[in-house]
Amino acid sequence: MTVESTAARKSRNSGAGTKRATAKKAPEKTPAKKAAAKSTARKAAQHDAPPHDAPQHDPELVQLLTPEGKRVEHPEFSIDLTPDELRGLYRDMVMARRFDAEAVTLQRQGELGLWPSLLGQEAAQIGSGRALRDDDYIFPTYREHGVAWCRGVPPENLLGMFRGVNNGGWDPNSNNFHLYTIVIGSQALHATGYAMGVAKDGADSAVIAYFGDGASSQGDVAESFTFSAVYNAPVVFFCQNNQWAISEPTEKQTRVPLYQRARGYGFPGVRVDGNDVLACLAVTRAALERARSGEGPMLVEAFTYRMGAHTTSDDPTKYRRDEERAAWEAKDPIQRLRTYMESEKIADAGFFAALDEEKEALGRRVREAVRSMTDPDPMSIFENVYADGSALVDEERAQFAAYQASFADSPAAGEVK
Amino acid sequence: MAAQKLPIAKAINESLRKALETDPKVLVMGEDVGKLGGVFRVTDGLQKDFGEDRVIDTPLAESGIVGTAIGLALRGYRPVVEIQFDGFVFPAYDQIVTQLAKMHARALGKVKMPVVIRIPYGGGIGAVEHHSESPEALFAHVAGLKVISPSTSADAYWMMQQAIQSDDPVIFFEPKRRYWDKGEVDTDAIPGPLHAARTVRPGSDLTLVAYGPMVKVCLEAAAAAQEEGKSVEVIDLRSMSPIDFDTVQSSVERTGRLVVVHEAPVFYGSGAEIAARITERCFYHLEAPVLRVGGYHSPYPPARVEEEYLPGLDRVLDAVDRSLAY
Repeated sequence: MTVESTAARKSRNSGAGTKRATAKKAPEKTPAKKAAAKSTARKAAQHDAPPHDAPQHDPELVQLLTPEGKRVEHPEFSIDLTPDELRGLYRDMVMARRFDAEAVTLQRQGELGLWPSLLGQEAAQIGSGRALRDDDYIFPTYREHGVAWCRGVPPENLLGMFRGVNNGGWDPNSNNFHLYTIVIGSQALHATGYAMGVAKDGADSAVIAYFGDGASSQGDVAESFTFSAVYNAPVVFFCQNNQWAISEPTEKQTRVPLYQRARGYGFPGVRVDGNDVLACLAVTRAALERARSGEGPMLVEAFTYRMGAHTTSDDPTKYRRDEERAAWEAKDPIQRLRTYMESEKIADAGFFAALDEEKEALGRRVREAVRSMTDPDPMSIFENVYADGSALVDEERAQFAAYQASFADSPAAGEVK
Repeated sequence: MAAQKLPIAKAINESLRKALETDPKVLVMGEDVGKLGGVFRVTDGLQKDFGEDRVIDTPLAESGIVGTAIGLALRGYRPVVEIQFDGFVFPAYDQIVTQLAKMHARALGKVKMPVVIRIPYGGGIGAVEHHSESPEALFAHVAGLKVISPSTSADAYWMMQQAIQSDDPVIFFEPKRRYWDKGEVDTDAIPGPLHAARTVRPGSDLTLVAYGPMVKVCLEAAAAAQEEGKSVEVIDLRSMSPIDFDTVQSSVERTGRLVVVHEAPVFYGSGAEIAARITERCFYHLEAPVLRVGGYHSPYPPARVEEEYLPGLDRVLDAVDRSLAY
């Protein structure tokens, strides 16, 4: 049994404990809470600070690598990685960021209709993504480009829907990475149902559902908490709290820290420094392990920041201050790992130079792939509407084909003159 | 089992039982479907025989029921979910329309969604509000969904078998006021196509098209009309999406007159679609405009006046008379 899973179990049995960061609002000391506070419950599940607390000063935030790049220990969650693994995580984050930057550029050049940037959330996505086993199943939002990278989903696959050549378009089962889900929070239920199926099959795979702080307000997320708890489904809810749901700050979604929501459903919740790839990896591993061993769901709130706009159509200057972004820049997930690796001599200049070349090659490959994507055949509108076919679709397809064919013998409009 | 006389509710029960027996991936899910056997007892005894893992009492959350069924289908299961009453489906509407209906197309055919959603629907049972509605058009309007409703015990049994075997999501509307009507079910029969309409009474002067609970009303109307010397053909549509327009067309080409009957409001109802398509297909055969009989553009009324709102024998005959008067 790992340290992590033991911790997770403990907190599950003692979720009612209260440990205030400030004395401003004294907790009501009910007997139940007193009893729970005496237990050895993980403190992480008992924190009541407002959601915008700076993460590095937050005693309840699981952190293994400080923004300054110093390795620190956490009493419940630990990790021991080889230099190779550390370089691998660094590479993943750099590649994810480079891919994302290329997509933003492609949108600006008119090659994509829209792009939701992951900038700033690389650690949350790579840390959680690298915690997964091949047989685990991922239910992403539309921003999980880093997780997709970890799964080996070809990056250009993700761009089809944003270019407008398909509405998803990949086979979820080839990488156990479900289609991007745009309607907020819906996929949490799909993940829960899938996890119920895993449990029925007697498999020890786990399922992870990604969503954001905004989605935490959706009924589907609440219902997925209920169903997963009732059926003890092996699902990890990975909430990237990036502080902003387009223009609405987390305070417009919740009056308690999001990870505490789990307590009311009967499973543990943990807040992790979402810009610390080591902590995200350690906590997600523990949560997945817990799910695998039949202990049910867990909520991980990765406390991070959306450095860019919500999407390329958004203008964050309308609703947030530059200083806020600047403060988070100092907590950059990639820089802190680089500082640590350099100070520990885990990577040398040659490593970083080679990676620079590799990431630029990725950028070129993605650019080429997008530009060479062809528009779908108009007749494909009628494809895959039904698995078993439909007389109605057949009829309309034939009508459309006849209409198209009616142009065949007449000269094209431009040739008339 | 072969042929026997069963009420519609029991025919569905037998069909679910058969599916649970033959395919280990079939699951039955819903509120109160387990110990209670559903509020209409359609799933009576299934949990006792197949266990809580396959006949699943769910939390009271319709979106959760359909959303988790989608996840189970992705995992290879074939869930049959029950929405307890027609008026309770709307919390699940987003999952049905946005997720379930579109998943196959979004994955370019790589994913199938064999989910059946059973909905007892329609009025005439003196229920409180939200228990008597007919929302089929709201689902038929959505590409990716198949929408069907049986009117007999044999169809209830076989259409459920076919719905469960379908790799597409099927909204299965059960005519709740006919649950206890008995009919012959031959479980050894070879069923016809799921989406084919059926002529249930031949006639030559006018065509009545109906489905679900209204088929019985239309048959009674046709019998009454016969006494007055009018020969009325009755077609049980069976499937509201897709619609077997060919069968309706060939009937109207003979009779020249069409009246569509459903409990759902006439405005934007399936009768509107049938009228438009048949007018297009049979323009030169029509002796009268296509008429519709159905509910009004009002909330479903309180039970004490629902008989005025629902198409009954007299309202159908009134439409028949109006059509023949042209």
